[in-house]
Amino acid sequence: MLKLPIYMDNHATTPLDPRVLETMMPYLREDFGNAASRNHAFGWKAEAAVEKARKQVAELIGASDKEIVFTSGATESDNLAIKGVLEFYKSKGDHIITLKTEHKAVLDTCKRLERVRQERLDELKLLRLSQLADRDVQPEELAELASRHDIENDPTYRKWAELPTGGARVTYLDVEADGRVSLEKLAAAMTPRTVLVSIMFANNEIGVLQPVAEIGKLCREKGVLFHCDAVQGIGKVPFDVEAMRVDLASITSHKMYGPKGVGALYVRRKPRVRLAPLVDGGGHERGMRSGTLNVAAIVGFGAAAELARTELEAEAQRLTRLRERLRTGIMEQLDMTVVNGSLEHRLPGNLNISFSYVEGEALMMAIKDVAVSSGSACTSASLEPSYVLRAVGVEEDMAHSSIRFGLGRFNTEEEVDYVIRLMVDKVRKLREMSPLYEMAKEGIDLKSIEWTAH
Amino acid sequence: MAYSDKVIEHYENPRNVGTLDKNDPNVGTGLVGAPACGDVMRLQLKITDEGVIEDARFKTFGCGSAIASSSLVTEWVKGKTVDQAMTISNKDVARELALPPVKIHCSVLAEDAIKAAIEDFKKKRATRQQP
Repeated sequence: MLKLPIYMDNHATTPLDPRVLETMMPYLREDFGNAASRNHAFGWKAEAAVEKARKQVAELIGASDKEIVFTSGATESDNLAIKGVLEFYKSKGDHIITLKTEHKAVLDTCKRLERVRQERLDELKLLRLSQLADRDVQPEELAELASRHDIENDPTYRKWAELPTGGARVTYLDVEADGRVSLEKLAAAMTPRTVLVSIMFANNEIGVLQPVAEIGKLCREKGVLFHCDAVQGIGKVPFDVEAMRVDLASITSHKMYGPKGVGALYVRRKPRVRLAPLVDGGGHERGMRSGTLNVAAIVGFGAAAELARTELEAEAQRLTRLRERLRTGIMEQLDMTVVNGSLEHRLPGNLNISFSYVEGEALMMAIKDVAVSSGSACTSASLEPSYVLRAVGVEEDMAHSSIRFGLGRFNTEEEVDYVIRLMVDKVRKLREMSPLYEMAKEGIDLKSIEWTAH
Repeated sequence: MAYSDKVIEHYENPRNVGTLDKNDPNVGTGLVGAPACGDVMRLQLKITDEGVIEDARFKTFGCGSAIASSSLVTEWVKGKTVDQAMTISNKDVARELALPPVKIHCSVLAEDAIKAAIEDFKKKRATRQQP
């Protein structure tokens, strides 16, 4: 029996697996101990539970348990990996390479580091200009005096500017039309100052899988650390830190049917990767992440990781079958639809389709019993559609017309068939209401029209 | 984001969806917005020689609020004179539909569509009157 509403937004979050919840319950009740309490049974029990979970998470990615640092989630893991590496290796260099299609947790962390560097350079300029002018130069005079003294070519300032700033310079690489990075372009972007490459495993919007093993091999050859935001891919597609030569990997529990608020950072031990912590305190997690461990959530995370590992192969096949059923079901009945991103290198449960001449948010409203996402930014104040879709070359109008389906463990064939029928019906209805569809059918080239942008 | 009941009602039962003959000298067509911005509104008004709007039709590519705004103005303009229709402002539309700030541009588009359609009608009439 079909139950509404249907959840098909498993890239945003996944439901908690009832088997996972079972394992967590004792730690929310009688086994409430602090895993750092070394002197009584309550603490020992909590510690044993955390260590078991650590092994379960490590096993999912082919790591050793000593390489797992528990965090509050993947956003923290991304911050810790990028800021931690840049801080620790600042004497070695300050250049990061990442992709334009990364998650905001990576992009905004990089932007922050760029800003820190810029602020530091401005301070140095002020200092140097004060020397040159033999007086206290004020910040508002900076632009004018900098050009008058040609500060960028001043040998002393240039020497200072090469010192560690505490920030970073960042290269944001474009991706190819299929959403994947070009290894040649990645290699070409590396400089002697490059300390970190941060490239995701699977994209959260278009599900495209990056060539992680090839990236890992290249980074190892060049002596550059490789951080992989693996949130969307882990537990869905095989991921092995040894085979793929990943140095740091961000993982989260709630995308693999575990609880929210817990994640991990994998930090390689051989050869050892060092990090400066973001959070100082009691020295938990081998000093890399202080703070009392969230035992119940960690236990759930561990159980979720084990389930994901044991069920991965069968589940990947099942989801690929469901995804293809959804894709062909929709596309055979509707013309002028396009799949965004590579179909070949893709998460099993991801489907991202643009329905030409129909706006994504209107479509979501029409299928309100089905939870999906859209690349249309109609809800955001900026009116800018998805930067990921734009980066893979999707035109703005087609980005506004996109819908992301995220299939997961609890979706059924019956639900997929229902969604196919609903989508076909609603897209047809909205197209009947769309002036663009009518014009396209009349053979009018929409690009030839002078639109009144607002 | 939650929609107001009025937006949902217009979205689910849009009034006056359709196409009028754009070559009819009494039909004015307004096409505003841009596909790249995620909304395009086409409003067509059939206007009598006396300047009364006797029919209105719309087609809109856009979110639920854009569709509701277009639907609402087709109801409002019917029976009005051209001069009366020109006084409909985006604020009236936004208020009636209780649009949140991020959706105000949908009501602006609806006002622009009325003005563009009337302008098109006036242009047609001017060329018709020239011998």
